[in-house]
Amino acid sequence: MGMRRTVGVAAASAAAMMVVAGCGGGGPQSGGDEKLTGGKIVLGVLNDQSGAYSELSGKNSVKAVEMAIADFKAKYGDKAVTTDITVETADHQNKPDVANSKAQEMFDRQGVDLILDVPTSSAALRVADVAKEKKKLYFNIGAATTELTGKSCNKYTFHYAYDTYMLANGTGKVTTQQVGKNWYILYPNYAFGQDMEKSFSEAITAAGGTVVGKDGAPFPNTSGDFSTFLLKAPTLNPKPQVLGTMQAGAELVNVVKQYNEFKLRDKGVGLAVGLMFITDIHSLTPAALAGTTYTDAWYWNFDQQNREFADRFQGETGTRPSFAHAANYSAATQYLEAVQAAGTDDADTIVKELEGKEVNDVFLRNGKIRAEDHRVVHDAYLAQVKPQSEVSEPWDYVKILETIPAAEAFRAPSPDCKL
Amino acid sequence: MTSFLQNTFNGLVSGAFYALLALGLAVIFGMLRVVNFAHGAFYMLGAFGAYVLLNEAGVPFWAALVVVPVGLALLGMALERAFIHRLTRLDPLYNFLLTFGLTLILQDLVKLRYGVQSSPYETPSALSGSVDFGIFDFPTYRVFILGFAVAVCLGVWWALTRTRVGMVVRASTERPELTRAFGVNVGRWVTPVFGFGIGLAGLAGVLAAPMRAVNPLMGADLIIVVFAVVVIGGLGSIFGSVAAGFGIGLVQAWGEAYLSDYPIVSQTIVFIVMAVVLLWRPAGLFGREEAPA
Repeated sequence: MGMRRTVGVAAASAAAMMVVAGCGGGGPQSGGDEKLTGGKIVLGVLNDQSGAYSELSGKNSVKAVEMAIADFKAKYGDKAVTTDITVETADHQNKPDVANSKAQEMFDRQGVDLILDVPTSSAALRVADVAKEKKKLYFNIGAATTELTGKSCNKYTFHYAYDTYMLANGTGKVTTQQVGKNWYILYPNYAFGQDMEKSFSEAITAAGGTVVGKDGAPFPNTSGDFSTFLLKAPTLNPKPQVLGTMQAGAELVNVVKQYNEFKLRDKGVGLAVGLMFITDIHSLTPAALAGTTYTDAWYWNFDQQNREFADRFQGETGTRPSFAHAANYSAATQYLEAVQAAGTDDADTIVKELEGKEVNDVFLRNGKIRAEDHRVVHDAYLAQVKPQSEVSEPWDYVKILETIPAAEAFRAPSPDCKL
Repeated sequence: MTSFLQNTFNGLVSGAFYALLALGLAVIFGMLRVVNFAHGAFYMLGAFGAYVLLNEAGVPFWAALVVVPVGLALLGMALERAFIHRLTRLDPLYNFLLTFGLTLILQDLVKLRYGVQSSPYETPSALSGSVDFGIFDFPTYRVFILGFAVAVCLGVWWALTRTRVGMVVRASTERPELTRAFGVNVGRWVTPVFGFGIGLAGLAGVLAAPMRAVNPLMGADLIIVVFAVVVIGGLGSIFGSVAAGFGIGLVQAWGEAYLSDYPIVSQTIVFIVMAVVLLWRPAGLFGREEAPA
């Protein structure tokens, strides 16, 4: 609520400045000679604050962005381009229409310079259209669709943390090489699941594996039951060594609970998960997932730098950060750095400042903001859930098997993308 | 053949949940003429009740199986007295809206305290193995659910047909005015019957906790299918709701297994069945056309 007060004070002082300028007779053509629109920077966090994705991102992503602002001010002190930096936030409820109107409101009425986060692919794509139309910046963090850097790419949109290609390429390729060549893929039968199935099948085939069977489960699966598919897996010929599940959130929980019930691991069918957040492991318990492999964009206990961030984050929020939280922190930081370097928040200037830039920070390792399609590439990680006996502290759930270098973790720029 | 039997078994297990929920809806509708939209929320509270008891008081699954349904039945009775009772004289739509609002409030209260992530609940260790049926083995917990649900349904059927209370309930369900004319105090049975229906939903919730994701929205999707089940069985028909519950479980499982090349069909099969049944028998399979008052 301190935030609201800050906004109030900022508005009041902005008004006062206008009056002063007016008295001077200089004619306050706002913006004309100002380096920053409205004399300040406003960051907008638009995400799910009440539904299925509110824990892996949600309000704690707002906290992460506030941490980035505090760190920026501490770093530059008097030399900062401005110390008047505020955050606006809104709940898009994972609905594309709501996301669209909230994004317009942020840009038009709240003076937001940059929109961050926006999970749920369908909502993310609508916000990309708004950014393009308003010529304002948008860093997507929470959504997975590669369309943001494909057909729907545009000059003002950057895709920051992960995408379906990164998930499939990591998990599909390495699991095929190390665990087993034959896969059975189970996916929720809607846009995200179909995308994931396609990306995984390509990655598996490219790595020399075979998809011996695949099924689209009803979405949403009203019965909550996946046993038909789970029973089918070990009976296929040749028998799959890996069950790849593309379900997310509560459906993933159902699949894993029932995978354990039918003891598929004992029957020689391992488990690979398409998209998993640390919060999912927390709710299933590591015991239920032990041995499962998946691709992670960032892990809080990977090294000392991550751990220090995670400790500070826990001090602020009471919980460990997911990769989405760390990515929101990083994205806000890189934007502020770009404004500092350029001395303006003019969107076109910032785009030029960012394109091609190489970055290393707590989230981006060997990071590069690709000029061709605005994909932010960085190291990704192949992770495996630890057995309960190796979990040494709360949230210490995975070990990193392999670092996937930034150059291999993401797809080459798509010919569909014309910025 | 083995896989057919396995799928059939699974269908019956899913059906057991539908049957328990539909049975509760059917007795409530029969007695109160209330379509209880909050039934899914009470199912969710059942699962959360088991979770909270285990995590915050160390109460095991077996005790939760008794404590949670009884507790929820009492909560249901209190809500009936406080709210639902006041609207029963009005158009049924009022109570439909009231219970819908109740659903949103209950879901949000749980969300506020426990968040939207699913909460972990493990299968009780005595039931975590599997049973060998010769040609295939099957998780013990699923066998237990099926046996338990069938026993509960039979128990309810026995109570309704063989006890005095059951006869009063059936009589007031089918001909409330006539039953009153015989001097039976129908009103005093309304609240306990509502509580009983809610208790059944809570019981289904406790049974679901080890095998389903326990989160505030777990009842929201399920209840839509349960409404379809009640309509197929015949609104207010006790036998119909149970039979349709198991039947729909089977149809869904077979649909997923044998129509997997046509995901659109397997996804909507419940509603296809419902549409066909309604065209053929508008009052449902076991329902009777309402006699004109």
